[in-house]
Amino acid sequence: MSAAIGSYATIGNDAPRRPAPHGAGRLAQLKARYFATPGTSLLTIVLGLMTAWAVVSFVRWGIIDAVWYDPTAEACKTASGACWAVITEKYRVILLGTYPYDEQWRSALIIAIWVVWAVLTAFRLFPLRMRLAGWLAVFVVTLVLMRGGVFGLSYVGTDAWGGLPLTFLVFGGTVAFGIPLAILLALGRRSPFPVVRFVSIATIEGVRGIPLLVVLFFGTLILPLFLPPQLDVDKLVRAEIGMVIFFAAYAAEVIRGGLQAVADGQDEAAKALGMGYWLRMRKIVLPQAVAIAIPALFNDIIRAFKNTTYFAILGLFDVLGATKVALDDPAWVRYGLEGYLFVFLLYFLICSGLSLYGRSLEQDHARRTRRAEQ
Amino acid sequence: MSILKKRATAGGAVPPPPRRRLSPKAVFWQAALLVVLATIATWLVMNARAALDARGMTSGLGFLFDKAQFSLGEAFFHFRPGETYLTAFAVGLGNTVMVSVVSIITASLLGTLVGLARLSRNGLASGLAQAYVYAFRNTPQLVQIVFWYSFFTLLPHARNSWSIGELIFASNRGVSLPAPENGAVFAEAAAAGFLGFLVAWGVSILAERRRRRTGLRWKPLRAVQIALILAPALVVWAAAGAPAEWSVPVLKGFNFKGGATLSPEFLAIYFGLSFYIAAYIAEIVRAGIGSVDFGQFEAANTIGLSKSDIYRRIVAPQALRVIIPPLAAQYVSLLKNSSLGVAIGYPDLFSISNTMLTYSGRTIEVLCIMAAVYLVMALAIGAASNAANRYFAIPGRTS
Repeated sequence: MSAAIGSYATIGNDAPRRPAPHGAGRLAQLKARYFATPGTSLLTIVLGLMTAWAVVSFVRWGIIDAVWYDPTAEACKTASGACWAVITEKYRVILLGTYPYDEQWRSALIIAIWVVWAVLTAFRLFPLRMRLAGWLAVFVVTLVLMRGGVFGLSYVGTDAWGGLPLTFLVFGGTVAFGIPLAILLALGRRSPFPVVRFVSIATIEGVRGIPLLVVLFFGTLILPLFLPPQLDVDKLVRAEIGMVIFFAAYAAEVIRGGLQAVADGQDEAAKALGMGYWLRMRKIVLPQAVAIAIPALFNDIIRAFKNTTYFAILGLFDVLGATKVALDDPAWVRYGLEGYLFVFLLYFLICSGLSLYGRSLEQDHARRTRRAEQ
Repeated sequence: MSILKKRATAGGAVPPPPRRRLSPKAVFWQAALLVVLATIATWLVMNARAALDARGMTSGLGFLFDKAQFSLGEAFFHFRPGETYLTAFAVGLGNTVMVSVVSIITASLLGTLVGLARLSRNGLASGLAQAYVYAFRNTPQLVQIVFWYSFFTLLPHARNSWSIGELIFASNRGVSLPAPENGAVFAEAAAAGFLGFLVAWGVSILAERRRRRTGLRWKPLRAVQIALILAPALVVWAAAGAPAEWSVPVLKGFNFKGGATLSPEFLAIYFGLSFYIAAYIAEIVRAGIGSVDFGQFEAANTIGLSKSDIYRRIVAPQALRVIIPPLAAQYVSLLKNSSLGVAIGYPDLFSISNTMLTYSGRTIEVLCIMAAVYLVMALAIGAASNAANRYFAIPGRTS
């Protein structure tokens, strides 16, 4: 069998080729997937009929019989389908909140800046340092645009802030302030100093054991009682403090997991080189720990985004709170289902985007570590 | 001799490292931290004192025995104006625990079903399960709760209600179901049955011990267990005169009379809690079963175990080890998120406390009591999960 002279192909020595699967082909594959046994066939048929019924009735309700545009809500009363006119009529309130009507271009601009920079970040078109600096700039621009009072922009108080810009701002602030606090708590929990350890553990476990709403109520109702009357902290800031602490307590446990995954030898080697504690943490331990923790941290970040809706209960006008206001209008009060479905879809898109980004970071990390191990 | 001795210790437990004494620097920094914390705490408390004095308010827990003049929505437990604040706390706690327990049971069953469906070889089942998990995990729970509430309150009026066989009615007043005329007797019978179940569980442990010791099976075990569960329930039921009448809801005027009615508030929080957490539980169950080595399935198949025995005896005990810790975290999360009932007016612990602090003006006390109650419940679930984890752990291994 040495016919293949001049070729490196080996003939006859490698493992026998796998025979073609029995009855390969698209139809057979479908059959194996959906109709392999009588039981699974029955399941396919029952689930298929139910899904078909659900899709057909949703299409009938949501598209065919739906009313799309109707500024007076008259046509909606007689229609048998959905009244999407509530969205076309109220989308400004839902997305921008109760921000002064003439200044709403500022809110729209903020949404545009966030979306553009988020997309640029997601595709990693710039180095990390530039992306983070960009986020800082986005944050500052958002605050300036929302608050006004400089560059000829009129001043708008925080009680009028609302909609998607407020949701973004709250979310961004929670993550930006929460992660450093979480790192401190995680380091504190592993500290050799008993006092530091005790304070960290008490904070983490105490906050994790109570509902976020209770933490937010502590911030909005109790904090002002404990501060001197001349120190008047804005309600939005007080609620934000609660959000940051709650996020940090959860994120601290994730980062602690990352710290535990870093081999002790790394820290010991750095110590042997004579590096001090903070230098070791900053240059050796934390970069590795945070990289390991990022996929799990993204679950907490997504939850922080979902938790911004709690502001609606505090009477602030994030997207959900603004939707509630929009649906208080007696003409549109009967179309809450459509309104909340729209909000549902909005959050679904943003959270799915965040979760896709988190997964891509995870793959990046896996690729990097594989390269490092080779 | 000394070498042998060394080997002996190396083979046994590793001796603990020598205790390090804290350096003077460490002592100084910790003392400084303590002083700073104490100063901040004192400053905060003094501010609060001054603020309360300025408003002429007193503090303390005496208000718990004052009469409260507010009324609350209907749920499992009722509160009438004129009862004490302490009763209001108890009513709120009862409602929170009840809605959490029924939601935890529903979420566990639904989550397991969806998790198994995702592993199914049937493409349609796994696809639908995946769509469910995506939709419910990627949206805020509060939006879901508010959506369900708006769904249930926008159902047609009682006159045009949707009905299933003229027995179950869904209208904007809630869902009305047939219920036993004498509900208390059935609750007592169920409690007796539960006690019987505990005894039956103990019997099965004893029987298993005997089997391991002697190798003998106790044949009537199943029959005895069923008798142990059913007999107490039947005895209690018969002792109360064996009431068998069912009350069916009937439309009278603008509302339903008879049967039991689940309010839109309860249904919204129940659906919102169960469906959201079920999506997370589905992922936990999937990961847990996925963590069992495939060789385990193959080996069990080879020795001829039936499919149900493979899952019950081989897969479940190994998967549960992975499943229990995150599952307990989800239960804690569900319990804490039941506080979202305040958004739709379900009288749970949080929303009752919210009403109480408005009426009593004791913001600090009410919030602290409520936080402590939630904390204790969360810690109790954590302790239960640790106990369950120990029960399922492989003997002799730490993790």
